[in-house]
Amino acid sequence: MDFELMYESFFKLIKGIPLTLEVVIISTILGFFLAILVALMRISKKGYLSKTAYYFVYAVRGTPLLLQIFFIYYGLAQFSFVQESFLWIVLKDPFWCAIIALTLNTCAYSSEIIRGGIQSVSKGYLEAGSALGMGRILSFRIIMLPLAIRQALPAYGNELILMVKASSLVSTVTLMEITGIARKIISQTFAPIEIFLVAGSIYLLINFLITRGIKVAENKLSPDLA
Amino acid sequence: MLELLSFGDQGWGDEMLLAGLMTILVSLSSVCLGLLIGVILASFKLSKSKILKLTAEIYTTVVRGVPELLVIYLLFFGGSSAVMYFAKIFGYDGYIELNAFTIGTFAVGAISGAYSTEVIRGAILAVPKGQFEAGETLGMSKFQMNLQVIFPQVARLALPGIGNVWQITLKDTSLISVTALVEIMRQAKVAAASEHEPFVFYTTAILLYLLITTGSNKFFNKAEKKFSKGFVVEESA
Repeated sequence: MDFELMYESFFKLIKGIPLTLEVVIISTILGFFLAILVALMRISKKGYLSKTAYYFVYAVRGTPLLLQIFFIYYGLAQFSFVQESFLWIVLKDPFWCAIIALTLNTCAYSSEIIRGGIQSVSKGYLEAGSALGMGRILSFRIIMLPLAIRQALPAYGNELILMVKASSLVSTVTLMEITGIARKIISQTFAPIEIFLVAGSIYLLINFLITRGIKVAENKLSPDLA
Repeated sequence: MLELLSFGDQGWGDEMLLAGLMTILVSLSSVCLGLLIGVILASFKLSKSKILKLTAEIYTTVVRGVPELLVIYLLFFGGSSAVMYFAKIFGYDGYIELNAFTIGTFAVGAISGAYSTEVIRGAILAVPKGQFEAGETLGMSKFQMNLQVIFPQVARLALPGIGNVWQITLKDTSLISVTALVEIMRQAKVAAASEHEPFVFYTTAILLYLLITTGSNKFFNKAEKKFSKGFVVEESA
């Protein structure tokens, strides 16, 4: 075990943390709002909305993220009309392609989590809302959503950890985040075990902090249960 | 555009289908390895020994908390030297190189094993205590009891979870395209690069994955129905 190498590579690897977090945070936030939309489509009584949401989730969950990233970054760039359109500003940049892929991914997974949360809210609360004269949007925003979020929080915490792990795939489209840097150091030094230990510990630390954060939020949102 | 996907020397259709078979093959062997790891680690977690418990706990925490790609890099770059290290202990000094299939199976199987552990542990805990006691009362040996009483019930209870693990594992095999194993992802990359038609080949790859997913979903639904048949009757009787 080469401790000096581990010490040196630690300082190289932490330079990848900002990019990892940036990718995770941007796509998680975008994905969360899209997921609410998809979840509402999925439980809507209109068949075409519900079907569309179902097939979207099915397709995203049924294919590997790596393939989605390659499809968006390389596949779409093949067409000259894409290259000439305004979309090219976004699609020529590996960073934004990665964000799009990760956003769609977390959107598909979280929409199912949120749907479960929404369906767990008992009807009586909403009836109480309409008895108080609340409109549908108002009662959704201040009754349904907070309760649904509280219900969905533990599962959503898992999703966040999956997102941190998934962000490692953006290294395949030239973005040098933690895993990208790790791979570069491994191929220069041929010390896979040392680098794995250091890079792995950084990921474990990030995920540990997320787990703690979710626990705190859970306790805050359900003081009655804490 | 579609002649690119024709069969024979001109098109990539047969190559893509073969790659699909390779994906299925490597997923199957990874899931099997994963289940083996899962059974062992689940019994560690449920054992009374603190050391075994801790070992299993560390394994599942690390493997589930670290990106899959990093685990694959570890085994891809470090797998051969680890095997040579152990071979040296047994007196073999030569150079050993693992092929891509073996490394891929070990890498994805190791990840799959961490998820299987939790599934199997949950299933074992879900078997009612009375079942163990009944086995004991009948004078069964521990081995006999596990094989004839506990295992069939654990298999049924674990089935939905194993279906999820299969789905995760199937998708994780796309990551071993970095080890040059020609599965769907790798084949699509190669074909896309040589024909300059990434859209066609990545779309084909997406469809192949969806085909496999849909097929295996059907299979697991059927299996779940089949295995829960007796259970439902038993409950209502």
